[in-house]
Amino acid sequence: MQSASSLDMQARAGKRSWTTLLGWAVAAGVLGWAWQGAEMAPGLLVSNAGNMATLAADFVPPTFGSLDHYIDQMLVTIQIAIWGTLLAVLFAIPFGLLSSDNLAPWWINQPVRRLMDACRAINELVFAMLFVVAVGLGPFAGTMALFVHTTGVLAKLFSEAVEATDAGPMEGVRVTGAGRLEEIIFGLIPQVLPLWISVSLYRFESNIRSATVLGMVGGGGIGVSLWETMRGFQYTETATIMLVIIVAVTLLDMASQRVRKRFI
Amino acid sequence: MTAIISVERLDKSFGNHAALREVGFEIASGEMVTLIGPSGSGKSTLLRHLIGLTRADRQSHGHVRVLDRDVQRQGRLVGARREQRRRAGYIFQQFNLVGRLSVLTNVLIGHLGAMPRWRALTGRFTQHERDLALRALERVGIVGLAHQRANTLSGGQMQRVAIARALVQEAEVIFADEPIASLDPRSAREVMEILQRINREDGRTIVVTLHQVDVARRYCRRAIALKQGRLYYDGPIEGLTDSRLQALYENAGLDELESRQPDHRMAAPLHAVG
Repeated sequence: MQSASSLDMQARAGKRSWTTLLGWAVAAGVLGWAWQGAEMAPGLLVSNAGNMATLAADFVPPTFGSLDHYIDQMLVTIQIAIWGTLLAVLFAIPFGLLSSDNLAPWWINQPVRRLMDACRAINELVFAMLFVVAVGLGPFAGTMALFVHTTGVLAKLFSEAVEATDAGPMEGVRVTGAGRLEEIIFGLIPQVLPLWISVSLYRFESNIRSATVLGMVGGGGIGVSLWETMRGFQYTETATIMLVIIVAVTLLDMASQRVRKRFI
Repeated sequence: MTAIISVERLDKSFGNHAALREVGFEIASGEMVTLIGPSGSGKSTLLRHLIGLTRADRQSHGHVRVLDRDVQRQGRLVGARREQRRRAGYIFQQFNLVGRLSVLTNVLIGHLGAMPRWRALTGRFTQHERDLALRALERVGIVGLAHQRANTLSGGQMQRVAIARALVQEAEVIFADEPIASLDPRSAREVMEILQRINREDGRTIVVTLHQVDVARRYCRRAIALKQGRLYYDGPIEGLTDSRLQALYENAGLDELESRQPDHRMAAPLHAVG
């Protein structure tokens, strides 16, 4: 009996090491396959170092003649991010609740989830191009693009928070005779609010970064100048714009993190 | 003596396990009844059926009626207006307060069902409602904690908040599911005494699940005992004789047998102070 079972265990251990080996082989295969597809060629970085140095030299010194204009454009970019994020938060709350399986039945939560998947799967830039056609060039198109994409992202994160909550407090509210909405407002929202605020602020930070390129496709903001100076080979201007972006993004990230910490 | 709670032929299974089988009884207004039995006997499941948190089996003939309204019938919950639903309250073993809200707000939640909808949804409570809540907290002896967050409280304090919530709710029937199982002996005694006062002074009907027979004997005149999902005994608490208890708890876990002995754990502080 005993020797049989130890044999069995050995066999199982052998099987496990064999599957582990197969797992590593598959992982290595995927990495090699992706390396080829991405045409990875680190050698070029060395052999073409001269080209890069020449290009980099074109960026210095940054020219500050149009700095005021770029700062104005950066402010527009921030304004796009503010409204894009706010609208997304407002819409992500109902969509997030409806895609949570502890609140909505499958025939509601599945379609809503798929809709949110679609919003999330398509990049802001693609949405911006679509909205430019619909509402014309300018910041409004960019705002709408951020709004739609971010709604998809936040609805998923919001609903994950909802699904991780404790059902007890909601039952506690239900048995007082309160309605379903009161149950959500008093029993559920207080549980998820800190996390919701935190992920919303994080998305605001990342939307500022995204908004800096929306202008490239006509979505308004500093991306317009960024694209124009690059296409016009005015690299010293491009350098100034990049500096403005770096400073603004850093400052806002720091401010938002400070607010975020208060809620965690 | 008219029944305000009536349960008929309740069946509930979880998968292949039958949690309740053909359970039926009636309870009259003003009674304080204990539902008793070893853990796993189905008493908590039964209590959840009475408030509509759990549905009976679909193919059963189960019927629960509380305060002249059907709570569920043949495995389907019967909807009701908020004013109707708030007439029955519920107290949980794990309190089920909203931890991030203040004690006062947790108590005020008991009033949501009686408020106009827009005020309930926006959480605008009037001064009168706040006074009601403070009076309820005074009654359970923790008015000083009104502005603390609920999650800073001890278990005994949390259970008092839950009782205050049921008081503000003005529930005519209060179901209490193992209200003292998570509490230390002193808090347990205090919580049971508060429930007893609500029963005696306000005439509220109370149905409480307990697993300690000595506690049940002290506070309740009638016992309904469940064993493996079936009604085992229904009558005066004195009728639960030692030989009946022996049979009720046979095959039960060791802790159940221990807590049944009058000299153990819960019993000592209860008798010492009383």
